[in-house]
Amino acid sequence: MTTRPDTAARTTVAPGAFAPVLEMRGITKRFPGVVALDEVSFDCRQGEVHALVGENGAGKSTLMNVLGGAIRPDSGEIRLDGAHASFRHPLAARRAGIGVIHQELSLIPDRTVAQNVFLGREITRHGVLDGAAMRRATAQLIERLGLPTDIAADRLVRSLSVAQQQLVEIVKALSVAPRILVMDEPTAALAEPEAEALFRLIGQLRAQGLTIVYISHRLTEVLRLAQRITVLKDGRIVGTLAAAEADVGRIVRMMVGRDIAQMFPPRAKEGEIGPMVLRLAGVATPVLHGIDLTLRAGEIVGLAGLQGSGRHELLRVLCGRSRVTAGEVEINGHARPFRSPREAVLGGLGYLPDDRKQEGLLAGQSVRDNMLLTVRALASLFAGRESAARRRGISISDIARQVDVRVPHLGVKMGQLSGGNQQKALVARWLAVAPQILVFSEPTRGIDINAKSGIHHLMRTAARSGKAILMDSSELPELIGNSDRIVVMREHTVAGELPGGASEAAVMELATR
Amino acid sequence: MRYSLARLLRLLPAAYWILVVCFLVTWALCERFGQGDFLTLENFNNFIARSVALGIVAIGQTFALLVASVDLSVANLISVTVVTAPFLMQGDPALILPAMLGLLAIGVLVGLVNGLIITRLRVSPLIATLGVGLLLQGFINASFGHLPGKVAPGFQSLAYGSVGPFPAPLLLLVGVTVLAMAVLHLTRFGAHLYGVGGNAEVARLSGIHTGRVMIGAHMMSACAAVISGIFLVSRLGSAAPWVGTESAYDLQSIAVAVMGGTTLSGGRGAIGTTLACVLVFSLIDLLFNQMGIDSFLKQVLRGMIVIVAVASYAVRERRAVA
Repeated sequence: MTTRPDTAARTTVAPGAFAPVLEMRGITKRFPGVVALDEVSFDCRQGEVHALVGENGAGKSTLMNVLGGAIRPDSGEIRLDGAHASFRHPLAARRAGIGVIHQELSLIPDRTVAQNVFLGREITRHGVLDGAAMRRATAQLIERLGLPTDIAADRLVRSLSVAQQQLVEIVKALSVAPRILVMDEPTAALAEPEAEALFRLIGQLRAQGLTIVYISHRLTEVLRLAQRITVLKDGRIVGTLAAAEADVGRIVRMMVGRDIAQMFPPRAKEGEIGPMVLRLAGVATPVLHGIDLTLRAGEIVGLAGLQGSGRHELLRVLCGRSRVTAGEVEINGHARPFRSPREAVLGGLGYLPDDRKQEGLLAGQSVRDNMLLTVRALASLFAGRESAARRRGISISDIARQVDVRVPHLGVKMGQLSGGNQQKALVARWLAVAPQILVFSEPTRGIDINAKSGIHHLMRTAARSGKAILMDSSELPELIGNSDRIVVMREHTVAGELPGGASEAAVMELATR
Repeated sequence: MRYSLARLLRLLPAAYWILVVCFLVTWALCERFGQGDFLTLENFNNFIARSVALGIVAIGQTFALLVASVDLSVANLISVTVVTAPFLMQGDPALILPAMLGLLAIGVLVGLVNGLIITRLRVSPLIATLGVGLLLQGFINASFGHLPGKVAPGFQSLAYGSVGPFPAPLLLLVGVTVLAMAVLHLTRFGAHLYGVGGNAEVARLSGIHTGRVMIGAHMMSACAAVISGIFLVSRLGSAAPWVGTESAYDLQSIAVAVMGGTTLSGGRGAIGTTLACVLVFSLIDLLFNQMGIDSFLKQVLRGMIVIVAVASYAVRERRAVA
């Protein structure tokens, strides 16, 4: 992407239009266990593009959900043109002139473009749907916005590419003539020429007096388009910069600057790292490309990257849930990728998913049954419940003690354990089948501060016993503190590698760009 | 100008071309192996009657399927209609119209109850409509024999009469089809139906009252079942309590709708293709009758056809359609 300033986007708005059209003051929102927004104040002037940046989990989406009426704040107020406004439902926000384009597409695939644009507010004539009028209005809007003409009003949304669908979302949002438009990662699915078309469009909209809140991780883009940039971190506003005074480095520093308050177990020393057990070279899938990754016994490798950078997809490849279309894969001596999770388990790779509730535990069953799940799965279909473990010489109570699960006895239902204990039980499940590689996805999500350290120590102990650990995490302190090496992903490929203990800024820089 | 076969084929949905092929195959097989002539008036009337009864129910079921719901109470609702109609009519031609209105009111009520159980009590559509169906069955058990009445004399002209060259049942089917298509494609309600079925959350955020749409869809389905029941009682001339469940109108209507391209997950489907599949089903029935195929074997073959038809969709779409 070029950094040549786009003069169209920087056209100054008419003087006198500097009163804030939108003000959010002191917005606070708490969810169980976390403060998502803490006294956040944010304002927008008419006709400006105001960028909102921050790491994953900084609070950008929550703030925009409050603005868009999807969430009610615990305290604070919103003012539009100086007048107090409160929204009980996204519709109320829309009627007040706020349009939101979310990151996830909200279109109905089996309906046409025009039908989607007018969903919920269809035009009727004498009580009958006026399809022609809706198609005409949609086509006019598409033309007025200068969008490519192959997005015809009567094409099925399903037949459009993701980029085209994103443009339809924009048409839909603009068709109600909002005064403020929130765009959440609009260029995430766009190639460069399409993104350029979008920037021209934004310039046009600004000239027509529209105010735009632009959320994006692509800082060069942000610097190009925005007049002001507000940085959020851990639910608080760090500061607001004029784009003219900002540069990527300064923004990144504002985004991440924090001290690592947690203590982590010491990293692996040179002699403790063993032979290579996993190697991916030039691997590609329908989603990823150019993936190079190695794992050696005894080390913990952290996987970093923003949401949408492809981390999740890479993990799916490792545990046999995604198809590999190119490249070399060698795992534990297998010269080809795993074709199913069962193959992965048999091949010595264990996976702890990020969504414990959905993909990890059986909440209604006992801790013992949860721990023995994989052992039994690998045993014969006709084996008795206890014989599977006994035959392998595994004592589940020994392993439970090893991982330090705090339960009165192993018959307690899994769903009643704390997050930390659940995670430890899941680790025990894998230790029982002794895999060579352990893949953790968001290992300490939903676990309170005190228990987090326990999980980190468990991982380091497992590594020291000769296993290779891959840790995918959105929490930078954890990644930096607990990894021997950090692999950073960006836009569905591996952007680079850093040694453990690298600065947060270095990681973020590789991850954004 | 270039006329290609592909463009010609695209004029009609695939289901109708399959119907044509089925007709030709059936004709050929009947001429070769059948017991008696194929193109007889009697066969045609049976074909129409079968199509009308199943067709109208299937059209109603399509509405339910479009919002990712299902209506398993239709079979018993048909039976209720058939049992109640003579009672409401009492053999008096003047009471025909009030009786039909009364029956339709019952349909609207049943649809409302189904819809409310699903939306307010949050019971899954399968269980909700199954439960209501069982309730209706209970009503039939309790009331049959205790509801004296007679079908009014002129009433049977619905099933056996004709308007000009067209048999009345055919006109009924066409009328219901046209009405259903009009509702689906020309009203706001229809647009909202497709919206809710396609993505209920997106529809809700767009301001559509998803609960009302769901209830409306179930009212349509129930009313269609009542109309089908009215036709059947006209054809039978008396109350026959098991006519609905005997012919498995509930499950067959679902099968036929899904064969016609309506997915169980909602948001996708059309009346025209459902109707084409109803006609295919009736043709196959005719074929089996003419060839004297054992009724058990008939069921087996019908089942296979349904599975093959739906599987061909799933394979083509490479995702779960049903």
